[in-house]
Amino acid sequence: MPPDPGKERRHRLMIELHDVRHRYDERPVLDGITLTLTERRVAVVGHNGSGKSSFARLLNGLVVPEEGRVTVDGLDTRKDGRAVRRRVGFVFQNPDLQIVYPTVEEDLGFGLKARGMARPEIAARVDAMLRRYGLEEQRHQAAHTLSGGEKQLLAIAAVLVLEPAYVVFDEPTTLLDLRNRRRVAEVIAALEQRAIVVTHDLDLIAGFDRVLVLDRGRVVVDDAPSPALAAYVERLS
Amino acid sequence: MILGLYLHRDSPVHRWPAGAKLAALVAATVGLLAWPGWTGPLAGAALVLWLLRLARLPVKTVLTQLRPLFLIMLIFFGVQALFTDGGWREGLVTTLRFAVLVLLATLVTLTTRIGDMTAVFERVFAVLRPLGVDPEKMALMLALTIRLIPLLVGQVQDIRMAQRARGVERSVLALLVPLVVKVLGLADALTEALEARGYDPTGGVRKE
Amino acid sequence: MSSLDTRAMVLCALFAAVVAALGVVPPIPIGFLPVPITAQTLGVMLAGAILGPRLGFLALALFVLLVAIGLPVLPGGRGGLGVLMGPTGGFILSWPVGAFAVGWLARRMTAGTRPLPLFVCCALGGIGAVYAGGIAWLWLVSGLPLEKAAMGTLAFVPGDLIKAAAAAAVAATVRRVRPMPV
Repeated sequence: MPPDPGKERRHRLMIELHDVRHRYDERPVLDGITLTLTERRVAVVGHNGSGKSSFARLLNGLVVPEEGRVTVDGLDTRKDGRAVRRRVGFVFQNPDLQIVYPTVEEDLGFGLKARGMARPEIAARVDAMLRRYGLEEQRHQAAHTLSGGEKQLLAIAAVLVLEPAYVVFDEPTTLLDLRNRRRVAEVIAALEQRAIVVTHDLDLIAGFDRVLVLDRGRVVVDDAPSPALAAYVERLS
Repeated sequence: MILGLYLHRDSPVHRWPAGAKLAALVAATVGLLAWPGWTGPLAGAALVLWLLRLARLPVKTVLTQLRPLFLIMLIFFGVQALFTDGGWREGLVTTLRFAVLVLLATLVTLTTRIGDMTAVFERVFAVLRPLGVDPEKMALMLALTIRLIPLLVGQVQDIRMAQRARGVERSVLALLVPLVVKVLGLADALTEALEARGYDPTGGVRKE
Repeated sequence: MSSLDTRAMVLCALFAAVVAALGVVPPIPIGFLPVPITAQTLGVMLAGAILGPRLGFLALALFVLLVAIGLPVLPGGRGGLGVLMGPTGGFILSWPVGAFAVGWLARRMTAGTRPLPLFVCCALGGIGAVYAGGIAWLWLVSGLPLEKAAMGTLAFVPGDLIKAAAAAAVAATVRRVRPMPV
């Protein structure tokens, strides 16, 4: 196990993007983004095709930019992908495509197992997560029989059980009904971790520290929620 | 779906270890195929009936699993009786031998949990490691497959519904082309999902 | 197998699940055929034609494993070791080899997106290789003369030829709209 450079630099907890450019199918999706993210809660909004999804994937190295550099606490996503993914958890829009094991308990243990953690410790952490998110009764239930809200909770819990320093959410409430949107909003609000949330759901981000508006791969607004959203709505009209 | 064909009963057969049951099944199969004449299949039939009683399985469930095989067995017996030198006697022996094999195998399936059965196969993969089989990868793929079946059954139903709405119900192409294209898209998403949670196929299991 | 990457593993699991899903859905009626066909053997040919020999084999090996551990993934909710032991068990056990043969032939013949060569691959691999295994098993356990064992299975060839044509058409179309995963 190589020493984790992130540990020494924990005092500068930040994600930095340096002139990031990226194309998808020859089409530019990110067009020169330079940012430093240090806030506890950052939201990213923008209409479909604005580059939000690619932006989210940059932050944990699922997408490595063609040009420019992304670093998480000093770790380059290009060179230290593995270490970056340990620091940055990722919750996808559709939990059905994130849950990889047949039952709730097994899926929660998956990431820990992939890290080679010992069984008793996995069991203890999984138990704690089941309790924290009220999924104890569903422990042995088949994942496909969960409700939409329960699936999203499982997907979030399966990321949090890995104890990342940051969690990136890619449109976590888009497929949910109103009640489950609130539940997920509460879960995000209660996180100890830093969260970067890509969303269309403007209610979700009311209490956030910073809002970025993306348009055609560029950051066009970067402000506190109310002025940022006002500017966003104005741009739409 | 996830429960499989396992049928819970409080019986000694259910409590026997899965590995032992599978090993016994393999041994019985080889033995029966190698043992010529009447005695083998008859002894096997007696053994299987005794085991079925011991396992307290309802006759109906056992028969449901076997129903599609009855017709094949019947045809099989007919062909044997009419076309082989041994005639109907020989045909009866072979058919009985088959019935015993199928019943023994069904008995193992009905009395062994999916999880226990999977664990046995994982141990078999571990033995096959020198041949290039990676037991951890096989285990992950098996779990992933079981997880994906309900998802894909849902996809198939969605596509059929959409095609019915457009009146192209009877076309296999109209079902399979969108299904396969969808599957290739799902592959991208699931690969991301595994990698996002730190899965690394080259590293295998890594100690903290 | 040590060189399998994440995407390859996901593709194998997906195609194994596709074959299972095709067994669960009701059989599809085809215009002029009296009996509706079960689509599972179509899945065998598609796995070979789309994933190639190695991953096609692995996908179907996973499927056979599902049957063996006792999941009801065969038509009519059947599964378990009993089916594999039965007279027709050899056919199912040969599916991985069938998928391998389809993929291997498609690569050798550089079939690409042309339906006719793909049809030949699907027929030779998906019917030829699978029937060879199925008949061999039947012959081995029954003591029937080989030609009698083979004769009994001939009735299913026309239906399987139609499936090969369908699989070739699907593979050709899919290969055109999407670049190959492998």
